[in-house]
Amino acid sequence: MTAAAPSPKANMGQPVPRYDAAAKVTGRATYASDMPLDNPAYAFLLTSAIAKGRIDRFDLDDAKRVRGVIEIVTHENAPKLKESKLFSNGGYAGTTIQPLKSADIAHDGQIIAVVVAESYEAAREAANRVKVSYTATAPSASFDSPGTTTAAAKGQNAQFKEDPAVGDFAKAFDAAEVKLTAAYDTPTQHHNPMELFSTSCAWMGDNLVIYEGSQFVYGLKNGVAEQLGIDADKVRVVNPYVGGGFGSRGSMTPRTAIIAGIAKRLGRPIKLVPTRDQGFTITTHRAETRQEIKLGANRDGKLLALRHEGAEVSSRADAYCVGGTKTTTRLYACPNVDSLVSIVRADRNTPGFMRSPPEVPYLFALESAMDALAVKLNMDPVELRRINDTTNEPIGGKPYTSRSLMACFDEAAKAFGWAQRSPQPKSMSDGDWLIGYGCAATCYPTQMGPSAARVRLQRDGRTRVEIAGHEIGTGAYTVIAQTAAERLGVPLEKVAVFMGDSDLPPAPVAGGSNSTASTCSAVMMVCDQIRQRLFKAAMPAQSLTDRAKETVGLGQTPATQAAKGDRPLDIEKAFDALGVGVVEEYGEWKPEGAPLDSFRAMHNGQVRLVGGHAMKDQIAYAFGAEFVEVRVNRFTHEIRCPRLVGAFAAGRIMNPRTARSQLMGGLIWGMSSALLEATEIDERNARYVNDNLADYLVPVNADVAGVEVILLSEQDDRINPVGVKGLGELANVGTNAAICNAIHHATGQRIRKLPVRLENIEV
Amino acid sequence: MRPFSYQRATDPDMAVQALSAAAAANHPLSQAIAQPLAGGTTLIDLMKLDVMRPAAIVDINPLAQAWSAIEPGSDSLRLGALAKMSDVAAHAEIQRNYPVIASSLKLAASAQLRNMATLGGNVMQRTRCSYFRDVSYENCNKRNPGSGCAAMDGVNRMHAVLGTSDQCIATYPGDLAQALIALDAVVEITGRAGTRSIPFAELHKAPGNSPDIETTLQPGELISAFSIQGRWPRSVYLKARDRQSYEFALSSAAIALDVQDGTIRDARVGLGGVATMPWRAREAEALLKGQKFDEALAQRVADAAFADARGRRHNSFKIALGKRVVARALQQAVTMEI
Ligand SMILES: Cc1cc2nc3c(=O)[nH]c(=O)nc-3n(C[C@H](O)[C@H](O)[C@H](O)COP(=O)(O)OP(=O)(O)OC[C@H]3O[C@@H](n4cnc5c(N)ncnc54)[C@H](O)[C@@H]3O)c2cc1C
Ligand code: SF4
Repeated sequence: MTAAAPSPKANMGQPVPRYDAAAKVTGRATYASDMPLDNPAYAFLLTSAIAKGRIDRFDLDDAKRVRGVIEIVTHENAPKLKESKLFSNGGYAGTTIQPLKSADIAHDGQIIAVVVAESYEAAREAANRVKVSYTATAPSASFDSPGTTTAAAKGQNAQFKEDPAVGDFAKAFDAAEVKLTAAYDTPTQHHNPMELFSTSCAWMGDNLVIYEGSQFVYGLKNGVAEQLGIDADKVRVVNPYVGGGFGSRGSMTPRTAIIAGIAKRLGRPIKLVPTRDQGFTITTHRAETRQEIKLGANRDGKLLALRHEGAEVSSRADAYCVGGTKTTTRLYACPNVDSLVSIVRADRNTPGFMRSPPEVPYLFALESAMDALAVKLNMDPVELRRINDTTNEPIGGKPYTSRSLMACFDEAAKAFGWAQRSPQPKSMSDGDWLIGYGCAATCYPTQMGPSAARVRLQRDGRTRVEIAGHEIGTGAYTVIAQTAAERLGVPLEKVAVFMGDSDLPPAPVAGGSNSTASTCSAVMMVCDQIRQRLFKAAMPAQSLTDRAKETVGLGQTPATQAAKGDRPLDIEKAFDALGVGVVEEYGEWKPEGAPLDSFRAMHNGQVRLVGGHAMKDQIAYAFGAEFVEVRVNRFTHEIRCPRLVGAFAAGRIMNPRTARSQLMGGLIWGMSSALLEATEIDERNARYVNDNLADYLVPVNADVAGVEVILLSEQDDRINPVGVKGLGELANVGTNAAICNAIHHATGQRIRKLPVRLENIEV
Repeated sequence: MRPFSYQRATDPDMAVQALSAAAAANHPLSQAIAQPLAGGTTLIDLMKLDVMRPAAIVDINPLAQAWSAIEPGSDSLRLGALAKMSDVAAHAEIQRNYPVIASSLKLAASAQLRNMATLGGNVMQRTRCSYFRDVSYENCNKRNPGSGCAAMDGVNRMHAVLGTSDQCIATYPGDLAQALIALDAVVEITGRAGTRSIPFAELHKAPGNSPDIETTLQPGELISAFSIQGRWPRSVYLKARDRQSYEFALSSAAIALDVQDGTIRDARVGLGGVATMPWRAREAEALLKGQKFDEALAQRVADAAFADARGRRHNSFKIALGKRVVARALQQAVTMEI
């Protein structure tokens, strides 16, 4: 075993290499824009240079003269499309601002024209030659701009149902011996997946094929069908590989139906590859937030009162919010809790999910405040968490299905060398560098959704798994193949997995860290259906269900079963008895507590996730603890983070290799979010300024010196059949606070606004 | 990108001819319709962004044979304009006798870019001002003379505090130029009338009232080499930036000293990341000459270097930062082992 492939502990699968590793490192994996098309035309987008106002006139003469231009589509001649509701209101769209519908402009970088040409180069050149006259009105950019409106999230966002509260916060806070009030700011961020937001559309008669990196092929298929006004069964979305999603490809963006409509009109496949900077405005982003935390505790560190208020910026059109108070009000034992989330409307595009949407901004505030409280109490911050650890969440009193938070703190603290920390700020240094150690808790809700799968087993053991799941780089192919191999007792090499195609059985959106739990539960169930058929054929007399459960359990590899000599069934004999060459089963699985309309919704591309705090008698979260070393240069004030150590417990770990990779990426992203990432907005015109990967800073290799991921063994049989909590979004939650806490330790300075840049340091 | 003609120059005459023939005399070099192509890491980027729209590209890479030599002499150095950043940075004699040059290159851009990019292209690279690079902004005096400056009251954290004008506050982004200006490098220029030489300090121009004119090179002229007299083993390049690599300077200092028996005989101070052009802090240098080094002196020198600095909304921090960088770099240069 290597660092990249940690040895499995109890309740962990094997760290087998990625199913798609060879295809990816050799460049054979095909992404949306790699898909061969028959005689395609190329589209290039033109986006608005103002954030609010209207288009008076296009001057297209120059552009039309470019050789190879086929058509320039503007609001004056765009295909007519039906509206789709926001995903949270029962629709599919990530924004209800539909471009090319009228001359109106609602946000910076809105699509205002599509140039179609015989080549990408001609389309791009012509787009450069289009002249647009606007009448601009002064836009409201963000919190501090005049003209915004603010209102409580509750009542305007269908998915934000309550501001969690319990007890009497005001009274308890008043009476508390130790109090803390602090405000926190988090910036706009953009996902910037490596794969651009490409879309290709090809019609075959009335049938449409869409090649687009998507985290939800069923959602996209149904959404585009709705916009085009055609039967969803005529639309197919294909994307065997997705070059990173991080939430940016979770809901439908306006571009897809537009391209499909133009392709239909021209009777020709169309390929669109937008530029990096267009990606900042034609999809969603993480909204900036402003928050305030109030904590009241007794001298021993017991929390008595907690209030968390957050404001988030959304568009004029849509009341999107992430409302992370649902998590922060439930993380620690505290009898008196209050919270409020509000939405500020500005002239911006509608924000959307970005990796751990609610937890990243809101836990930054809570975990920074916890550290500050520990300092006030003169207490080790780890101990403060221990004192307030709980088995039941305080709002509804529901028990956590399992919770290894303190075990994670203890393991990570040991590996990190927390005991060597001298608690006094500014007390550790190395040459030009002040050293700070900091830590924070991390958590993410366990979620799952209804999923279907088809599995086909051949006499020789060859297995084919079909499921419209998504490989966004997480390892989905790998863990699905492992599940089928283990369940059917066939060698892993014999399992082929087909995903990323809406003609396959539906799976939920690859978001909310639900994929492994949902898809593997469905695949496991369908494999069991096959086993039942084989058992029934081979041993008609026995009680087969029981036998099947007994003899092959999840986590036993075929090899270990063989060694034990209890392989229950000769597959070939069973096939002979059945008299067939292939056994194929289809099944639909839904988690406990899923709504009645689950399966219908699943086929309609509508998300029905259950889990987290919204379960009936319990609450399910994965936990972790993160420790970081930060170095601050005395002279330049440059901030570097050479060491990140995280310990995580997330139920069953299907594959320690892919799990570690997810968590490592999360820690690095968390560091990036704390120290580098922010989309700058020009307040005068509500436009993004640093909309490219040179100016939108993300870490380079030299910034990531040491990352250690510790996987804790945890078993949770109360969440779903595979016992998986999901960990894709677990690691980047705690890092923001851990880093700011470490900066405080290094410099004595408490920074509450992200990202922390060298000009924010005073030493 | 717009269509352009592409021509490979097989000898310097041909390059100069091609560039002069296509160049309209009334365009400044930055907007000349014919542009030389070296590594292309600035030029092609700006063409894709539609910022530069040359109709003709003259590829000068075939001149590498003659123009890429790295020639350390016994008391001098000559660097061909087509030498690659990575080759110069890795050269043992340059690391030993001109560490400020080697590290200014090594700390610049990324390994991939340094392998492509040339010294000539590097000193000629253009500002990273976001408004300059985004043609959807009308108002950029550098790109569109007389149109105003979007950065002045916009997002200007990366912008300059020295050498600014009411017309433009764009930072000169390169690193090598600070080392060259500090070491009094001479630029060898090849044009129609043969070669001429100018001090490096006379290559770039402050924005003043015409930020579109960035250098004194004329259309049809090429940089063929840089040369430096003397050796500068006691020299450093210190660069403060947001991340550990692959990032432009927020502030940098190129320092070269001649110290004998504890007394500073000669001192050179170049500043990067803070000025509109490669910047030499001569007033600061004057304070150092003939002195013995201590922290108080370093502070006075740093203050002098930024005496004329003017910050705007987001970049004022560069003044204090720049001073600390100068003071620290001086200290490093004084104490370095040579
Ligand atoms: C993401 C990124 C990060 C970067 N970071 C840094 C950094 O940290 N520090 C730094 O210093 N640089 C940095 N750079 C800039 C990079 O160093 C320059 O792009 C490169 O040095 C330019 O050299 P080139 O040979 O590719 O020039 P080209 O792009 O070929 O040419 C640049 C310009 O100079 C002209 N030109 C080229 N050669 C000559 C010549 N011999 N005579 C006259 N004119 C000529 C061209 O016509 C063109 O206008 C970065 C660039 C990128 C893209
Ligand atoms: S600072 Fe200079 S380059 Fe930038 S917008 Fe202003 S004029 Fe243009």
